[in-house]
Amino acid sequence: MSTTAMGGPIHSAPAKDMAVARALGRRRRVKDNLVRWFCIGATVVGLFFLASIMTTLLWRGLAAMDLTIFTTEFRPTRYGDDNMPKGGLIHAILGSLVQVAIGTGIGTPIGLLVGTYLAEYARNSPMGNAVRFVSDILLSAPSILIGLFIYQLVVLPMGGFSGLAGALALAIIVIPVVVRTTEDMLQLIPNTLREAVIGLGAPKWKMITLVCYKAAMSGIVTGILLAVARIAGETAPLLLTSFGNNVTSFDLSKAMASLPIAIYQQANSGFPDLIEIAWAGALLITVGVLAINIVARVLLRAKI
Amino acid sequence: MPPSCLSIFGTKALQQTVAAPSAPRPSQGGRIKASSLGDRVFEWLCRGAGILVLLTLGAIIVTLFIGALPAFERYGAAFIWSTEWNPVEDHREAYGGAVAIFGTVVSAILAIIFAVPVAFGIAFYLTELAPAWLKRPVGTAIELLAAVPSIIYGMWGLFVVVPFVQMNIQLTFGDALAALPLIGFIFETTNFAGTSLFTAALVLAIMILPFIAATMRDVFDQVPPVYKESAYGVGATRWEVVSGVVIPYTRISVVGGIMLGLGRALGETMAVTFVIGNANRLPGSIFDASTTIASVVAMEFPESLAGSLKQSALFALGFLLFVISFVVLATSRWLLRSRLK
Repeated sequence: MSTTAMGGPIHSAPAKDMAVARALGRRRRVKDNLVRWFCIGATVVGLFFLASIMTTLLWRGLAAMDLTIFTTEFRPTRYGDDNMPKGGLIHAILGSLVQVAIGTGIGTPIGLLVGTYLAEYARNSPMGNAVRFVSDILLSAPSILIGLFIYQLVVLPMGGFSGLAGALALAIIVIPVVVRTTEDMLQLIPNTLREAVIGLGAPKWKMITLVCYKAAMSGIVTGILLAVARIAGETAPLLLTSFGNNVTSFDLSKAMASLPIAIYQQANSGFPDLIEIAWAGALLITVGVLAINIVARVLLRAKI
Repeated sequence: MPPSCLSIFGTKALQQTVAAPSAPRPSQGGRIKASSLGDRVFEWLCRGAGILVLLTLGAIIVTLFIGALPAFERYGAAFIWSTEWNPVEDHREAYGGAVAIFGTVVSAILAIIFAVPVAFGIAFYLTELAPAWLKRPVGTAIELLAAVPSIIYGMWGLFVVVPFVQMNIQLTFGDALAALPLIGFIFETTNFAGTSLFTAALVLAIMILPFIAATMRDVFDQVPPVYKESAYGVGATRWEVVSGVVIPYTRISVVGGIMLGLGRALGETMAVTFVIGNANRLPGSIFDASTTIASVVAMEFPESLAGSLKQSALFALGFLLFVISFVVLATSRWLLRSRLK
């Protein structure tokens, strides 16, 4: 519009141009306001979903939460007969703790070493880029495929579903999470620190284990916590590896219960009393996972 | 000459003296050897762990393919477009992947269509509009949404979103949508259970929303302030700054973030299994029940017999899912490479 006014005859009416300019300014402001309200709306929608999930969980979960959840194993539905014993989730809680602990125990050292390799040795070499790429793919790869992989690799040769297979599947999910944070944290360490240690005559491995790890400790712990939070809620790979169990079992060569699988099975059972127990389990997992996430964030923020 | 150059020359000179063939000093030789042994062991531990990661991905591809081999040998490439899925073990037994592949791709793309505008709004709000004291709590809340386990989304979807879609979307707008000219047929259905392709896409959209929003926020934050300030300086509105400066500057990374969300949506299992209805037939409408590769595997794999043709067909589906998500994730990573550096 301004171009036609500029290129046009000099005696174009200035009053008309002012009107055009005002209309244009109004249009721009209206558009800007519309977009602003759309963005505020989008943020409210996002927060609304989180609030909806949390209130549903608290409302349905707290209603079902009592001591029997922590003291009793699975019991069949008592639908229509209130005299039957009420079931709980202790078998699933213990099973989850065992598998998550072993999965983290196996995955963390490997992830830590890979992260160290990427940050301290490989950096931008072709091999380092390949490992970084593959680790990133594993980070986002569908977790059910890791279940299929462990099924073929461990479950079939062992002749059945097992807690060990479940823990191994979780370990594979832990590795890329720890790799990512370890590498990021090691790269934040200034090179002058490394040069100072090497200058004192220390060998490189002592520099990494005694100085770099110590400097990056809070970040590395954050990565491990995030990995634990991630696998605590994993369901799909466990369905094909440790399968679930209705009684408490610590035998790693047999099927083992886990909280997500117990929730999955009881939520889909169709019996109101079992669905209630599933809500209690869902509340437990979510509160645990979110609490770990918040602790990890606070830990990281306190250090940086 | 700056001190850094001096130090470089210094080390070079040192290396030359070390490399030069001089008489070995036995008194120090032992100590250097011991420490270099520790170095070599540690370096090989790290490198070995790196190789292990490479091998893991390779082994996943190989085992999925080995598992899928009987099905691929039996059906060949036709497995991809055959819509049959009949697990009854007699002469009618037949498997094809088209239904699950269709459901996977359509639910993921619908989820992207739902999620991207909202994610963009959140990212724009967090980078340009929000007051400073709100940025951190709102950002953290959105990130926590990403931490909620997928089974919780599934349960919440089944007990909250499914009834909502059933009562407030299908019953209220279903007839009006189905009456639309030309595109009405994609809303026309006889399924009023509420579990449908549409519901699955909705829950998936909510799940991937925080991933896309967080990536977009991070790349928006990378735009040099000078660019934005000069646009503001000539009188641009906030929307003009974002559409004229921020988006052109970040569009490749934004597409990468969307692809990352797409990769997540394609492979999501539990949330989808709860709400999609798990029907092994081609849906005629977005309100029909459907299935995805991941949910077919989750539903049918635990009850399939080891070594059966059915199990092999499920492995074949898993292999195809791996190929699809690998391509999407690799593309995403390639597009986001500038952000990674």
